[in-house]
Amino acid sequence: MHELSLCEGVIQVVEDSARQQGFCRVKTVWLEIGALAGVELEAMRFGFDVVKRGTLAEEASLEIIRLPGQAWCLPCAKTVTIDQRFDACPACGSYQLQVTGGEELRVKELEVE
Amino acid sequence: MCTVCGCGEGETSIEGHAHDQHSHPHGHGDQPHSAEHSHDYGQGPAHAHAPGLSQARMVQIEQDILGKNNEYAAANRRWLAQRNILALNLVSSPGSGKTSLLIRTLSDLKEQLPMAVIEGDQQTSHDADRIRETGVKALQINTGKGCHLDAHMVGHALQTLTPEEGSVLFIENVGNLVCPAAFDLGEAHKVAILSVTEGEDKPLKYPDMFHAADLMILNKTDLLPHLDFDVERCIEYARRVNPRIRILQLSATSGEGMDAWYQWIDATRQLAVLGS
Repeated sequence: MHELSLCEGVIQVVEDSARQQGFCRVKTVWLEIGALAGVELEAMRFGFDVVKRGTLAEEASLEIIRLPGQAWCLPCAKTVTIDQRFDACPACGSYQLQVTGGEELRVKELEVE
Repeated sequence: MCTVCGCGEGETSIEGHAHDQHSHPHGHGDQPHSAEHSHDYGQGPAHAHAPGLSQARMVQIEQDILGKNNEYAAANRRWLAQRNILALNLVSSPGSGKTSLLIRTLSDLKEQLPMAVIEGDQQTSHDADRIRETGVKALQINTGKGCHLDAHMVGHALQTLTPEEGSVLFIENVGNLVCPAAFDLGEAHKVAILSVTEGEDKPLKYPDMFHAADLMILNKTDLLPHLDFDVERCIEYARRVNPRIRILQLSATSGEGMDAWYQWIDATRQLAVLGS
């Protein structure tokens, strides 16, 4: 449910940079969203379509770049890929994992006019 | 709408806070949080994934979507640190006993410790009213349709509530184990409350929240004899998503285990002052 607030955050970032960089129309918004960011992509797309109305991103399409969940496994002493926070290490089965990547929630770039 | 920062869209309302024409200082002390910051990102030519570029250009942003919230949270954190206030963000599902735990805590500690409460709910001021009956000052934030408190609402609430120096501020978030995980309010710790009438696998079902919390309180332990809730398994699940999480078991109704919670508050408060 917080995807709608996040989309409002995206529009805020877009409007701020429009002021700073002087553009008035956004054609594409690229987001980077990590697998562990707790964000439902479909809800994000839906939310974006709702909040973009009446803004300079009204016509914009949304592109989402999914980043993998990564964690440092203490027993293996290496970085492994995980899909969920509670996943065990795919190599050794341990839960002694430190999440190192996949929590990203970023506006990466915009295509503007 | 707030004329200073444009806030107050939607249905958020803060008790005693007239959003039409309030004139609050938006800087937290000496840190104006609405300061324009310039991110000097290149306006250079388009990137590879925009073929056939005409007048359009690519703008590199690389900004956190939650960046605004995090700026407000940082300002709240500074404001609280300057006053040696320990802020705890209490998160749980609806009905886990957050408010009852708070009321018991306030009643037991109010002679020894200055405290204040920010209450977050979608609607009504029932909880703040219940808190105020203990004699501790409380402020209700109604989020309207919103499913979580954000740092901006809390910043406003701090200005209105003005908790006293050296106090403990409890922020009772909206009952929701999903969204509040993502929103830093400027608190020192998130405290997740789980009652034994819920499923023991909640830490796995809602991993983000238990990952974000520093302390998990297992509440309503007086009911354990009547349930088949597996405490050990619940703790194991919580540690899977957060190996560092501390866990307390208590019953706000019977009072069992409350002392450990009070010790935790006291120790955390002392550590916070030492670290500042």
